[in-house]
Amino acid sequence: MNKPRPGLVFNLFLKASRVQKKRAILTVASIAWGSLSLLLLLSFGEGLNISIARARNGMGSDLAVMWPGTTSLIWQGLPAGRPIRPTIDDITLLRERVPYLAEVSGEIHRRGVVVNYGKSSTNAQVKGVTYGFGEMRNHIPQPGGRFLDAPDEQQRRRVAFLGNEIAVKIFGKDNPVGKEIFLDKVPYTVVGVMMPKVTLGNYNGMDKDHIAIPITTFRAQYGTDKIEVIVAKSDSPEHMPIVLDEIHKVLGAKYGFDPKDKRVFGIWNTVESNHMINNLLVGIQVFLGIIGALTLIIGGVGVANIMYAVVKERTREIGVKMALGARRGWVTGPIVLEGLMYTMLGGVIGLIMAMGLIIILDRIPTGGNEALAMLGKPALSIPIGIISAAILGVIGLAAGYFPARHAASINPAETLRYE
Amino acid sequence: MVLGNFFNSRKNNRTTANGEVISLKNLSKVYDTGKIKVHALNGIDLEVGQGEMVAITGPSGSGKSTLMNLIGCLDTATSGSYCLRGEEVSGLSREELAGIRNRRVGFIFQSFNLLPQISAYENVEMPLLFGGIPRKKRREKVLKLLDRVGLAERADHKPTELSGGQMQRVAIARALAMDPDIILADEPTGNLDTSSGGDIMDLFQDLWEQGRTILVVTHDPALAKRAPRRVEIMDGRITQDNRK
Repeated sequence: MNKPRPGLVFNLFLKASRVQKKRAILTVASIAWGSLSLLLLLSFGEGLNISIARARNGMGSDLAVMWPGTTSLIWQGLPAGRPIRPTIDDITLLRERVPYLAEVSGEIHRRGVVVNYGKSSTNAQVKGVTYGFGEMRNHIPQPGGRFLDAPDEQQRRRVAFLGNEIAVKIFGKDNPVGKEIFLDKVPYTVVGVMMPKVTLGNYNGMDKDHIAIPITTFRAQYGTDKIEVIVAKSDSPEHMPIVLDEIHKVLGAKYGFDPKDKRVFGIWNTVESNHMINNLLVGIQVFLGIIGALTLIIGGVGVANIMYAVVKERTREIGVKMALGARRGWVTGPIVLEGLMYTMLGGVIGLIMAMGLIIILDRIPTGGNEALAMLGKPALSIPIGIISAAILGVIGLAAGYFPARHAASINPAETLRYE
Repeated sequence: MVLGNFFNSRKNNRTTANGEVISLKNLSKVYDTGKIKVHALNGIDLEVGQGEMVAITGPSGSGKSTLMNLIGCLDTATSGSYCLRGEEVSGLSREELAGIRNRRVGFIFQSFNLLPQISAYENVEMPLLFGGIPRKKRREKVLKLLDRVGLAERADHKPTELSGGQMQRVAIARALAMDPDIILADEPTGNLDTSSGGDIMDLFQDLWEQGRTILVVTHDPALAKRAPRRVEIMDGRITQDNRK
């Protein structure tokens, strides 16, 4: 006999839901506003997340960039302070010896190279790179072109891959692919132009301003085979420390330095910096979520307020129901349900408004403004939906629960005073 | 389970316990407001048998309402014992008291206390709903009761669409819904004109003649005169208990 009777509670809720319309509308509006701000803030956070993730991948993912330097430890009778300069052949060596390595590439840079095309002349930064560089560092060719490949490297072909900005600088609106340019008076055929991309980090200048040529061709033209930058990509983020250790071992054995000497290479481990950025992004999401939730709580206070008023208005009715034998749950249940209903109704309206606004914002072009592009487009996601619904549910329950508890404490004898 | 027992015990007790429905022994109620203690009832002894109609009279503040609250299980006594059909009520929990009010007590108030937003039908249905009576039986019962008080055609009207006398008749139908052991009426004619009041008094008379146990708190001499037994209360004590 003491089992809960949800059907009865719902029945009573339907019979009792009668409230001043204006007050109800204002309350629902405040919840809708709160939900809207929560959803918008979270979706802007999500948009930022997406665009940062994209930008982060602009340079490539799971990379370590290594700049050869000098030793800092004495090793097998050799003094500290010796410069270590790996050569082009070492890239092949690393590719063969280092486990968990997805790809490795070497770079040699040269600034102020004179670039001639037809009658125009300009300066650019040229980098000699090994063939794996393109895919690893996200040098995606625009349609109709390609990146440098292994045969280019083996046969020392004079081919060039242009950054998208330098391509425009040299060729204007013309399609550069298949055209001939001169780098320091040596002819090269353009085989591809890089797709525009947003990048969060870079080194040795921006990719879009560079001209990439096969590293062997670079050596033939400029006579140097000392690598300036080694870029390694591990097969998974967790394996990056092993990959770095192994590179130290392989090159340490060849050039005679202590594999534990961490100062031979200046290292930028993007796996580590990604980790930090991730934490930062989570922090931003939580911060935005808290602001949104606080706004929503104000709406919740509104609902609680209206429910207190409802309880006060219906004190006599509640007393009558108690006199007729209503149990506590049958009095409080409908009140909680009513508070929850206002909250959910407001939440749904807020969700519809948020979706509408996001669709409108999505249609506004960012028009090449990098700051806007970086901010990204607000985006709703399933986790955002779940989080918002959970916050709404908790607020709705709390807003109904406290007034209901107040109602349950009503003494029917006092409410129905005879005199 | 508890209510089930009440239900069964009521059926069993109807024929036992020397016909007493209400038995109050040395019942006291003290309202402790913190600063002062108000002795609303001082050792009330009262026994009401099956089928009795009792009018309780007394000046304002004499303790009538407190007594009615205690008998109606809306409130609990500070000391003394209260047996309803031979069963001790004093130590029961709030929820158990709610069950007793639902099944064993029918309330009729001076200001009717109908729920304004629902129809006469739904008002009468309310105690049956709380009692867990199935829909079909509820319908039968409500229609029978509304017919009994002469309002079968007003079943779908809201209380605001009814006259005072009609509202009080709906309230009486509601009080009868669960076939309670006792009917407690508080100034049932207090808000009515003479003619409607007369109708209500006739209705009480009928109910009594059918064997209902009725307690009426009243200032109305006409109503009090109709009751075969009159109990007068003054300063929380019974000062007179007259039977015709």
